[in-house]
Amino acid sequence: MLNYLLFIATIGGIYGMLALSLNLIWGGAGMVNLGLAGFFAVGAYASALVTTPLAGAPIPVGWLLALIAGGMAGLIVTLSTTRLRDDYLAILTLGFAEVVRLVASNEIWLTKGTDGISGIPGPWKRALGPDFNGVYLLIVLALLLVVFLLMRRIDRSPYGRVLRAIREDAQVAQVAGKRVLSFKAQAFTLSAAIAGLAGALYGHFTSYIAPDLFLPLITVYVFLAVASGGTGSPAGSLVGAYLLVTLLESSRFLVELVPAVTAVQRAALKEMLIAVALILVLRLKPAGILPERNPAAPNLAKEKS
Amino acid sequence: MIPVLQALLNGLVSGALLAVPAIGFTAMFAVLRFPNFAVSGTATLGAFAGYLVYAAVPSIVLSLAAAFLVAGIVGLAFDQAAHLPLVKQGALPAAIASIASGLVMENIVRLGFGNELRGYDRPIARDMTFADLRVSPQQLETMGIAIAIMLIVFAALAFTRVGKAMRASADNPELAALKGIRPERVAMMASFVGMGLVGIGGMLLGLDSSIDPLTGTRILLSLFAAAVLGGLGSVPGAVLGALLIGVAEELSVLVVGSTYRSAVGFFAILIVLTLRPRGLLGERAF
Repeated sequence: MLNYLLFIATIGGIYGMLALSLNLIWGGAGMVNLGLAGFFAVGAYASALVTTPLAGAPIPVGWLLALIAGGMAGLIVTLSTTRLRDDYLAILTLGFAEVVRLVASNEIWLTKGTDGISGIPGPWKRALGPDFNGVYLLIVLALLLVVFLLMRRIDRSPYGRVLRAIREDAQVAQVAGKRVLSFKAQAFTLSAAIAGLAGALYGHFTSYIAPDLFLPLITVYVFLAVASGGTGSPAGSLVGAYLLVTLLESSRFLVELVPAVTAVQRAALKEMLIAVALILVLRLKPAGILPERNPAAPNLAKEKS
Repeated sequence: MIPVLQALLNGLVSGALLAVPAIGFTAMFAVLRFPNFAVSGTATLGAFAGYLVYAAVPSIVLSLAAAFLVAGIVGLAFDQAAHLPLVKQGALPAAIASIASGLVMENIVRLGFGNELRGYDRPIARDMTFADLRVSPQQLETMGIAIAIMLIVFAALAFTRVGKAMRASADNPELAALKGIRPERVAMMASFVGMGLVGIGGMLLGLDSSIDPLTGTRILLSLFAAAVLGGLGSVPGAVLGALLIGVAEELSVLVVGSTYRSAVGFFAILIVLTLRPRGLLGERAF
């Protein structure tokens, strides 16, 4: 039971990191990333490929590489669309996630195709034995804390205010002399890098990744986490992520209660439940549990005196 | 040379098929002002509705009507209940909700039919050959249906009151409202007809191959690519875009094999957005 809770808490932390990543661009700059699962996958594969016995790089190198690979992918996607409207970015990112899955399924020489990569090393896994889950949870939480503090720092800094200004009205921000394009590209790249890191954390935790683990459903999960927690609030994203895993796990028990259904039908009911939850949150509680608070701009006149 | 010509021919056929749902998607965008990702769900619903009717009464026309009605009604219901109230907050919340709606529809089908592949029970016919080019009677039939439906859509947009109201509303909603066109009714019409066309698209795809709950998801990228390539919101653009994407996909098979067929759409979108963001025919609706 303890092991199960530790497992859930770790997965929740990884969703928390994805939620922070999405919140930075959606809550921050009003951009959307419907291909979050794709960036998550890029990070997971990047780290897995360099740390599995064949290449044998140390795990931190893999994580660093995941950050870089995710960021690079994000930069490529934004370079063609940042100057454009959000609906184009939505379509393009959705397509990006599909292409990542396609490459992961077909470039068998690199990714082992749909069989997936197994035996991804965990930090000190052999030495720790049964304590691995607990230690890994601490590592995930520590990294999550770092990312959270960074996000809160951004949220309250002049940089974050520029992003919010772009979200509210890009034209006004441009007129005020802010380089909207460059801000958007930076935010998206950073967000994609964090999603990549989350992917690496996931791969080294479960030791196995495959294209089927990075379905668009993951993106819907993260949107549910951010929307229910409160778009624009980093703390809300974390609350939302843990609410999400609670809902995911309890829905597993809930659908068991429905009599006489097959495994496929149970899975279908579960997906439906999550999708309906997202629609309901967007419709009924768009501000989320911890609504965004706009800190007042510093009063320069007062500071001078 | 023959393989290239054959690929061109196949591409035109699959492009014509793709044009039907692409028109639906782009017309909805023109009027409702958000990308409606629920098309993945309604295409699947249309394919299964047509399949059920065809299993009972083997009539293509009745099946097409069923695909149109089921996809149209369900699509309209989701738009009214979930998406349109969100458009007021911006296009993105509505687009995100529409992904969730597509998932709901896909899983309703999965609940009823499971994940197995199913096929329309069509008579088997020999391919015809013209000067070394092969074409199956099924391809000809699908293409004929697609062209007929496109002609009906264009005629309806050009000559009927509803069509003119939709065009006016897409062009300038405020002015259209001033002239007494009720925007809510135009929106409902756009949802119903747009999703209905997407449903027919799903069924045509099923006639050509097989269907399962992911049928709609599989055509999603090609469909978006067609709409973006032609200019999001432009109906003639969607037709042109669909034909180009269809041909590009078939030609890509000659070069990189069939595994990356569905990536063509993504790269087409990437290139169009970089070079000519408004699409080939711009964003003027008609």
